[in-house]
Amino acid sequence: MYKIGVIGDQDSILGFKAIGMSVFPAEDWERAGEILEQLARENYAVVYITEQIAKDMGDIIDRYKDSLMPAIILIPSNQGSLGIGMRNVKKSVERAIGADILFRDA
Amino acid sequence: MDILNVNPTRMEMAKLKKRLAVARRGHKLLKDKRDELMKIFLDVVRKNKELREQVEELLTKAHQSFLVARAVMSVPVLEEALMFPKQTVELSVKTANLMSVTVPRFSYAASVPQSDDADAALEWDIFPYGFATTSSDLDASMQILASALPLMLELAESEKSAQLLAQEIEKTRRRVNALEHVLIPQLTETIRYITMKLEENERGNITRMMKVKDMMLEQMYRYRERM
Repeated sequence: MYKIGVIGDQDSILGFKAIGMSVFPAEDWERAGEILEQLARENYAVVYITEQIAKDMGDIIDRYKDSLMPAIILIPSNQGSLGIGMRNVKKSVERAIGADILFRDA
Repeated sequence: MDILNVNPTRMEMAKLKKRLAVARRGHKLLKDKRDELMKIFLDVVRKNKELREQVEELLTKAHQSFLVARAVMSVPVLEEALMFPKQTVELSVKTANLMSVTVPRFSYAASVPQSDDADAALEWDIFPYGFATTSSDLDASMQILASALPLMLELAESEKSAQLLAQEIEKTRRRVNALEHVLIPQLTETIRYITMKLEENERGNITRMMKVKDMMLEQMYRYRERM
């Protein structure tokens, strides 16, 4: 059985604990990176990371981009969405097609 | 375009022609693969975009309620309330094959004590705390989070699929381009070079034969002396 992890600042992720996810509070991106690497070794299939922390972790997150697991998904923190998650979707469109045809009007 | 470094012989040419046929076939197949992948990718990424919008909206709402709850409750009480979650989520991962790209399929089983009425279960059973000491904003936040859970998993599934598909498309496109712009022109050029070289040899041969024939006739009949 696989587990779901959430990494982020304490206040943003505490709620996820109640719906059965494992939460890992991290104050800075270095700590978050360590946690992420540890979770990737254990059987975590999905790891949600708040954008607030993920914005400095590009390299570490990109490392898992092409592997099947874990799926790293950015979620907005309690300070609102930074639009990084959406930008990543856009990036994968650009990577695949060479031009952005989905978000043109956005 | 550079030609390959080969001996201009019929053997080599036959070999190159075979390679060219394989390259053309591979090119066509890869092109078809790329087009099909692109079609699937666009579907997936469109869904991905929609899901992301929904999830971000839901989570923002949940965070708002949570912030209010945190403001009215003291931190120890809040942490105590959420310390022992009632619901545990067991995730099982299967893989699906989209055009030979392995993508994950998540399905989850929430081990919450289920009552017969699904709505009632969702409404009551996720709360790991009593209602006496907690704020109602916390309840609202929990409820939104619980309803966001299936969407979040769907988002994870489609976002990962989109990433993996994007990678595969990039790889396939590189291969198509390499075949189209490097290997196939190189092979055709080399075959042309060998054909011309062979024809040239043939012409050289014919001239030589004619010359030899002339010389033989000359020897036999001594034309020059009769003139």
